[in-house]
Parts: sequence; C-alpha cells; structure tokens
Amino acid sequence: MADNLGILDEVTNSEYKYGFVTNIEMDTAPKGLNEDIVRFISAKKKEPEFMLEWRLKAFRYWLKMEEPNWQNVSYPKINYQDIIFYAAPKERKKYNSLDEIDPELRKTFEKLGISLDEQKRLSGVAVDAVFDSVSIATTFKEKLHEAGVIFCSMSEAIETHPELVKKYLGSVVPYTDNYFAALNAAVFSDGSFVYIPKGVRCPMELSTYFRINAENTGQFERTLIVADDSSYVSYLEGCTAPMRDENQLHAAVVELITMDHAEIKYSTVQNWYPGDKNGKGGIYNFVTKRGACLGNHSKISWTQVETGSAVTWKYPSCILKGDYSIGEFYSVAVTNNYQQADTGSKMIHLGKNTRSKIVSKGVSAGFSHNSYRGLVKVNKKAVNARNFTQCDSLLLGDKCGAHTFPYIEVANQSAQVEHEATTSKIGEDQIFYCNQRGIATEDAVGLIVNGYCREVLNQLPMEFAVEAQKLLAVSLEGSVG
Amino acid sequence: MLSIKNLKAGIEEKEILKGINLEIKAGEVHAIMGPNGSGKSTLSSVLAGRAEYEVSGGEVILNGKNLLEMAPEERAREGVFMAFQYPVEIPGVSTTNFIKTAVNEVRKYRGQEALGAVEFLNLMKAKMKQVEIDQTLLSRSLNEGFSGGEKKRNEIFQMAMLEPKLAILDETDSGLDIDALRLVANGVNALRNKDNATIVITHYQRLLDYIVPDFVHVLYQGRIVKSGGKELAMELEAKGYDWIKEEVKEAETA
Repeated sequence: MADNLGILDEVTNSEYKYGFVTNIEMDTAPKGLNEDIVRFISAKKKEPEFMLEWRLKAFRYWLKMEEPNWQNVSYPKINYQDIIFYAAPKERKKYNSLDEIDPELRKTFEKLGISLDEQKRLSGVAVDAVFDSVSIATTFKEKLHEAGVIFCSMSEAIETHPELVKKYLGSVVPYTDNYFAALNAAVFSDGSFVYIPKGVRCPMELSTYFRINAENTGQFERTLIVADDSSYVSYLEGCTAPMRDENQLHAAVVELITMDHAEIKYSTVQNWYPGDKNGKGGIYNFVTKRGACLGNHSKISWTQVETGSAVTWKYPSCILKGDYSIGEFYSVAVTNNYQQADTGSKMIHLGKNTRSKIVSKGVSAGFSHNSYRGLVKVNKKAVNARNFTQCDSLLLGDKCGAHTFPYIEVANQSAQVEHEATTSKIGEDQIFYCNQRGIATEDAVGLIVNGYCREVLNQLPMEFAVEAQKLLAVSLEGSVG
Repeated sequence: MLSIKNLKAGIEEKEILKGINLEIKAGEVHAIMGPNGSGKSTLSSVLAGRAEYEVSGGEVILNGKNLLEMAPEERAREGVFMAFQYPVEIPGVSTTNFIKTAVNEVRKYRGQEALGAVEFLNLMKAKMKQVEIDQTLLSRSLNEGFSGGEKKRNEIFQMAMLEPKLAILDETDSGLDIDALRLVANGVNALRNKDNATIVITHYQRLLDYIVPDFVHVLYQGRIVKSGGKELAMELEAKGYDWIKEEVKEAETA
C-alpha cells in the first residue's frame, strides 16, 4: 500500500548538526602503521614498558589476522597505510585546572552541548572529553575522589594506577579476540578509566564524550570500567564527528567488569557522522564491547541508541560467569539513506541461575540495511539459565532492508530461551491519523518511532533520554516525503 | 461554515463522487446516509484530505478558506476533525501524550501558547467528565488493545479536547453495542453548540435516535439524491433504500 502512495518514497538528506571542523594545531603521527608507529604512540604517552610490550604483541598478532567479512555490511577495503593513527591538539601541557583548557577546544565542546565548566554542567554528571586521540579534560574529579571513585583518562590511569590497568586491561577483550580488537590494542591512544571501590554507589552519572576532528585519522579509544563488590555506576558515552567526504575508521574497545553484587549500567548514544544522502563519507564504527559479570549476583546492562556512522559493527555482550548474574541489552539502531548496521548482542551463560534479556529495535529508512545479530549461549554447567530476546524491526519505505540473525546454543537442559521477533512498517494509516489530529508528517514519524523504541529509551538516564528522543527524530528527517 | 460545490473525486481514476453539493451552517447537524458503495466514506476521506483520493472538480470552502488546497494537518488545525471508522493503533505512544501533541500543534497554529503539564491535565479532567471516559484508557498506548467501543470513545474524547469547528463522524456506530452507542452519542451531544457543526455519516438510522440531525441527506451513486429533515431517516429505516434507487432510475430514464 505504501508503495503506490508515494508518501514514504522520497528520501532526502537529513541534517547532521555536528558536522563542523575545529581549527587547531595538531600533533600527528605520520600516516601508516608499523612497529615504529606503535612505539611512537607508546612513547608519546610515556607509557611503562609493560604497555609497550602488550601493544607490540597485539600488533604482531594483528599482522597475521585477516579482516573479517562475515558481517552483513559492505564497504571498500580499508588501506591501513593511509590512516593517521595518532592526532592530538598541540602544546598539550598538564592542565592544573579546567580553566586552562585551550579556548578553541572549550568552544568545540560547548558547541556540542558539552560544557567543560563544572558550574554549567548538568549537576550530577561528570564528563571526560576525548578529542581525536587524547582526553582533554575530566570534570568533577575531586568530588568523585572524595567518594573513592577513580574516573580519568586511560593515559592517566596507566600512569597513576598501573596495577589496576595491568590486572584488568585486555582481561575481557584480549587482543587475540578479533581483528579490530587487536588493532585497537596496538594503537589505542586514550579513553576513559573508571574504578568504583567496594560498597560505593557512584554519586553521579559518568560520561565520556568522543569527538573525531582531524582528517584522515582513525580513532581508537579504549574504555575500562571495574565495579568492585557491591558497587554501582551508571556510565554514558556520546560521540560525533565532522562531515567529510572520505570515510574514517573508529575501532574502540570497551571492557566492563563487575564483582559480587556490583552493577554497571552502560549507555551509548552513538551519533558519528553517517555520510551524506548518497552514502558518501561517514564513520566506520567497528567496536568491541564486552562485560564480564565475574561476581555472583552482579549485573551488567547495556543500552545503546545508534543513529550515526556509515557502517556499524558491534555486539555489546555479557559473560555471565558469576552465579545469579544478570546481563541486559537494550538497543535502538536507526539507519537512513545508505547507512549499514550489523549489531546485536552476545549473552554467554556460564554461572548457575544466570539471566539475560535482549531487546533490540531496528528502524530502517531510505536505502539502508539494518541487521540484528545475536548469540545466546548456555554452557553445560549453567544450570537454570534464562534468556528472553525480543527483536523488532520497523521499516520506513520500501527500499530499505531489515535482517535478523539469531544464534542459540544451549548445552544444558534446564535452560529456558525465548526469542520473539516482529517486522512492521510505519503505516500510511498511522501517519494520516496523526495528520488528521494536526500533527505534520515528520513529527508523526518521530512520534511513532519514539513510541516503538520506548521500551529501550526508558532505560536511558533521564537527561539523555530527552536528547535521544530528539536525535531519533533528527536522524529520520527527510526519510518521508 | 462549510460549502461543498459540485465536488467530484475518486480513487485510481475511478470517479466515485460525481458532483456533491452541500451547505452546512454553524450549529447544525447533518446526517449523510446511503447504501454501501454510495461514496459516504470517500466523502469523509476527501474532506479530511486522504492522499490516495483525487479531486477532479468542484470546491470545498470552510469559513472562507479553500479546504482542498490544504494539507491534512492544516485542515485539522483549521478545525476539521474526523472520528475514524477504524482508529489506528500506535504502540508505545501514550494516548495522553498523543493528544497533548495534537492539542499543542493546533494551539501553535492559532497563535496560542502551548499548554503546560498542569493546564493540560486540568483540561483533560474537565473533558473526561464531559464525555464520560475512563482515565485508565488515556494512560495506555494509543488505541492498542482497545475494544471497538473504547476506540470510538477515545475518538470522541479527542474531539472534545480539540474542539473542532467541523466534526465528521465516519460510521462511528459501526461495531458498537447499544450501551457503547449511547455513551458515544451522549459525548457528541455534549459537545454540540451554536458555533460548531457535525456531519454524521451512517448506514443505519439507529445512531440518529441518539444524535438527532437537523438535516438528512441520501447519498447514492456519488450524488446527494434526496435531502430532508430527520423524518427522512425514519422513512429510510422503514422502507430501505430501494425506493430511492427506483426514483433515481426513473429520473435518469425520463
């Protein structure tokens, strides 16, 4: 019915409002990748020997690997010798206070709606701002310090808490895990580090904002969050990039660890530049995110709202090792124009009485392709494991695609695994109904999509839920004529 | 208020309305009746602005403005409200939220400020009382899992909230039992006043026992072939549509 009505046919460009470029002098590594570049990055960051060794091992391992091609996306082959692997704003001395930050950088983040001024920040959210390869500033450090929480850039953590880094870095996602994890381990430049001590409920939301600015660079950040016994933290990451004609690579690794009775809630609002309406430019977002519920009764919950990137390839996962541990994954993935997304989750049940829940909502518009790929695995010893997976796809128009690839592997008879899936279209009838009540078509689509995603959006921290709702509407702008 | 002149319209090149003429003044209730396939639903769809219907001639003027040139949402903001025969479900969107969005869109168009949460709630309470609707219905997702009666009552509640100038009830009685029908009719009657007008499209006379029309028109083969007072509806109920069809045939052959 939608086909001959033409309302949903026309696809035009959506506005990407974060596409500006900051003019700032950069300190960059020469193009290309070899052992010298790995050494260069490690030296730049004045890293201890163990880090350099780890990076080199990862790099040598990476050389022997092949880029994966099983995912349901297509893109031209990446020339790794044509990428700059390190770029940082020049004259970066240690800031004694947030006031000393380069005004140009400060302005950049203001423009993105991220004030580095603690007074102006939303109270209750501490921010680590990462610009290209380095962290620029972390706010509310002192207040967090009082609570015993460590929240700083990864570079700083390597310097000030090498024992924690040595112990946990690569423990959930080893460099041998996959091609991009190996690459990341070799060349990662910064990211955030969080440690919540025993019994502490982190007094505020923690957030990292990633910004790609420099041309021809790749961004490889690494985040590590460790929640010790009976602690809790809610963490959010956001990201944007300028509009450029060439594609840029972003290959991040995120590792989460929860001990007994600890909980980490990790939320992502991913809004990398998606490319233009003809599919030119945009970020390749190849990310490995994994959490390990090591402790009994611990919980890891991933929530993601993915609207950006030309190609997305990520599966935030949980290894449920502790007995009674819980893993959750709530996802909204929106693709428009020529965007491609292959995303989902893996829930690996190892402990007894472990539970997991996957709620995935895909929205496809334009000529885009949106795939859900998920694995639920119940090990032999995982007695009484439970999983519930709900996987919905919503199509706008008739030139886009939605695909579902669920994998279920069960090795214990007591397991209960449920999978529900639906595919639907936004109906002309729904849009007309809204129109008839005075609501214009674009707003109607926003309303309908937000309703469809409500279950996931409800999981986001309050401040970000509103932002995410707006983002959904903006991402689909122009997807209806 | 509403003036329809020689309106011709159809779908996929098939002409369904073959020259409709109708004058409706503020404060009036007009019933449009007719056998299946006579063009009743086409008329309401064309007035509301459904894209798949094509207007091939004539004009529709609402309070001095050319309705046919407006997008559906503009018509709604100008005060045209259609109570749907089959209201759609929109999962995840709360009924309250939906109505609030609609009310504020209409207010914006009229140059009024958006209603705040408290003002909106107060307005909603007042209207809920007026049309006897249950609060629990409004916190649920729009029409999702509503019974037929609940959907229709929700339509009338939206009508109360939006205070239209011209309300079109498209076969609102279809699928309702007698109690639900009475509730819906009570709601409509409570909203009638000297400044608004209502078009009741119906197949059966039954609804008109509760919503008493000032005029009754019979639509047949895309034209209004007979108009009269409320007694015309009674006559139709008693005699069916065949005698009208006969009359039309005679007129054609004469």
